[in-house]
Amino acid sequence: MNVKTVFDSGELTALLSGDIDHHAAREMRLVIDGDIERFHPGVLSLDFRRVRFMDSSGIGLIMGRYRLMKLTGGAVKLENVPPALERIIALSGVRTLID
Amino acid sequence: MEAVNEMTLTFASKSMNENFARAAVSAFVLPLDPTITELADIKTAVSEAVTNAIVHGYEYGEGQITLNAKILPGGRVIIKVRDKGRGIENIKQAMEPLFSTVGGERAGLGFAVMQSFMDSLKVTSKPGSGTTVTLEKYIIRRNRAVNDERG
Repeated sequence: MNVKTVFDSGELTALLSGDIDHHAAREMRLVIDGDIERFHPGVLSLDFRRVRFMDSSGIGLIMGRYRLMKLTGGAVKLENVPPALERIIALSGVRTLID
Repeated sequence: MEAVNEMTLTFASKSMNENFARAAVSAFVLPLDPTITELADIKTAVSEAVTNAIVHGYEYGEGQITLNAKILPGGRVIIKVRDKGRGIENIKQAMEPLFSTVGGERAGLGFAVMQSFMDSLKVTSKPGSGTTVTLEKYIIRRNRAVNDERG
């Protein structure tokens, strides 16, 4: 399992790990979306500290969760993004929407 | 120009092979002593190309993906990812950032990433018979003194 979630005080934290590619993103999405539905968090915090690799599937994962959270007026935060992931995040422009 | 080294792999169009393709290419280019960034660039581009073949080429169905990698003199790396899937009608449109035919979870950034992380990107496709993505990157020769540290 490459995603662990914790819900506390209205905030859902998803600790992601390993490689985020199209294959891994699917499982992460199912787990996170299940918890969003269950807990209705005001904030979804995606924690990248244990992620070693990410391709554009990770951008899809972020954008998809952003859209989902926005439906209920919630927010998404990106936490502990390793330097290796910054280039693809910069290229995608998601920082214009999400801190 | 004669290749210094070459390899070809054929694998099933399954998403678990995205990781396999990245690992294989990564191991193949390692003798060129790439930096962590160069290696990450190549792995990311290969991951995008293989994912495109699975998601768009074969539309999650069965098929074979062929990955060919060559090292040419001067640290030039050429990687071809080929599928025999549905092909692309309009390559120019497919390559536009944020254009995705499948919507939802796909960011539509695959080609933009390949273009930006590699030195060159070429796409050839024929509707109904498949797509070939050719990626090229120069691994810059550095002072090999670092080899001493690695033993």
